Amino acid sequence: MTRYARRSRRTAVQATGAGVAVLLLLSACSSSSDSETSTASDSSGSPKLSGTVTVFAAASLQESFTELGKQFEKEHPGTKVTFSFGGSDTLAANITGGAPADVFAAASPKTMAIVTDAKDTADTPVTFVRNQLEIATLPGNPDKISSLKDLGKSGLKVVLCDKTVPCGAAADKALTAAGLKVTPVSYEQDVKGALTKVELKEADAALVYRTDVKAAGDKVEGVDFPEAADAINDYPIALLKDAPNPDAAKAFMELVRSAEGQEVLTEAGFLKP
Amino acid sequence: MTSTAETLEGGSKRRVRPRMVPLPLLLPALLGLAFLVVPLIALLVRTPWRTLPDQLTSPEVWDALRLSLLCATAATALSLVLGVPLAWLLARTDFPGRGLVRALVTLPLVLPPVVGGVALLLALGRNGVVGQWLDDWFGLTLPFTTAGVVVAETFVAMPFLVISVEGTLRAADPRYEEAATTLGASRFTAFRRVTLPLIAPGIAAGAVLAWARALGEFGATITFAGNFPGRTQTMPLSVYLALQSDPAAAIALSLVLLAVSITVLAALRDRWMATP
Repeated sequence: MTRYARRSRRTAVQATGAGVAVLLLLSACSSSSDSETSTASDSSGSPKLSGTVTVFAAASLQESFTELGKQFEKEHPGTKVTFSFGGSDTLAANITGGAPADVFAAASPKTMAIVTDAKDTADTPVTFVRNQLEIATLPGNPDKISSLKDLGKSGLKVVLCDKTVPCGAAADKALTAAGLKVTPVSYEQDVKGALTKVELKEADAALVYRTDVKAAGDKVEGVDFPEAADAINDYPIALLKDAPNPDAAKAFMELVRSAEGQEVLTEAGFLKP
Repeated sequence: MTSTAETLEGGSKRRVRPRMVPLPLLLPALLGLAFLVVPLIALLVRTPWRTLPDQLTSPEVWDALRLSLLCATAATALSLVLGVPLAWLLARTDFPGRGLVRALVTLPLVLPPVVGGVALLLALGRNGVVGQWLDDWFGLTLPFTTAGVVVAETFVAMPFLVISVEGTLRAADPRYEEAATTLGASRFTAFRRVTLPLIAPGIAAGAVLAWARALGEFGATITFAGNFPGRTQTMPLSVYLALQSDPAAAIALSLVLLAVSITVLAALRDRWMATP
């Protein structure tokens, strides 16, 4: 074996090694099971939870779930709850695409069905809250919007959610029930996007949930309308089949459905199931 | 042009035999190539060829494509009108703080497009810093309009053109311009009759780059112009939305964009980027 051949052999090995190292790094980044879940029973008999719970939740749940996540971490030291909030349809597509998550809370049974149809849930989804639409207007309601019909006024910039998103589907249902046709300036990706456009005063009104109007504080004003009763959204929650941390995930779902969890949710403007 | 090999060999036409490619370079190179090519092949493999004609003849697709092409072209035109003089200013004049101006011009290149969209909204929105005056004085509102899409795309695409043209200008010999001015041409005439033809290939390449960037623009558009079919829903927006509800349609739309990109690349290669 010549010296040159030996040297090139060695560098080849080094390069392959470097390549392997890169791949290992990549795989380490892509798998999110960052901590072992140990369920060692402690003295009281209840399993001790640890590790990260990953919750995919509809954008409208952002404020209340963030608060519940903090509560959960306080009750179970050593756990961490991470959230991914977004349009329910996007989240459902992510989950069926293999995103590693423990819990999915959707804003409509239809978007939950995307995940159950793909057989990605571990149990049957349960409705944990309901939500109702409201019109969000600029503070002080300068355009004098008092009913759903007023959204059809000419020159009014209205923002709706895209029909693929639960709030868009509900808006569509309510408008159809009222026999109205509203042409918005934009179909937003999720309910928070629609709300933000009104908060920034770029749009005059948006059809969003009561909870969003409440969360926005005095940046927007809410207007109730009777047709909202025809389009009340059920929010299902389910444990996912490939959950990396099922025990802690179950505990989090219990918290959501417990009395104290429901209190946080109704405080945010949700209706009881 | 004589290559170094020729000068070394005293002009004799002896072919230099290509040496073997060393393995430590070849392996990562092939991996890198596969990494870039496999996703595109996957797109082709998973394309629902049988239903593709129906997918592509739906009016929504044509609406989105027409809007995309129209807005990208308008954004490129706007970039040319504003960007070429800006590039000339950066390359040919010396003013205090030029480095800072150059950095500011290139900032949208590295800025996440969504951030650009937010910034545009706060500047040109109905309630924006400048936008409220546009609204008061001219009744002009940009968000949620096709014009808003063009503005968003120009914001992200123009830096490409400016940098490309500025590079060409720096490489071009300024003495031609100087000669023209000593012969009595005004500085503007010299620019129009001498410099412009000189740097035309650079401008064209920059324009194509800007056009391609504008065509693929997503973040700034959806933030600033919103999403309304036929008015602000460009191809990337409809791909994103279709992926939520109808993956097959998303693949078909992606294929159209891929075809457009390949066409642009092919055109670029033949015209200006051909390696000798």
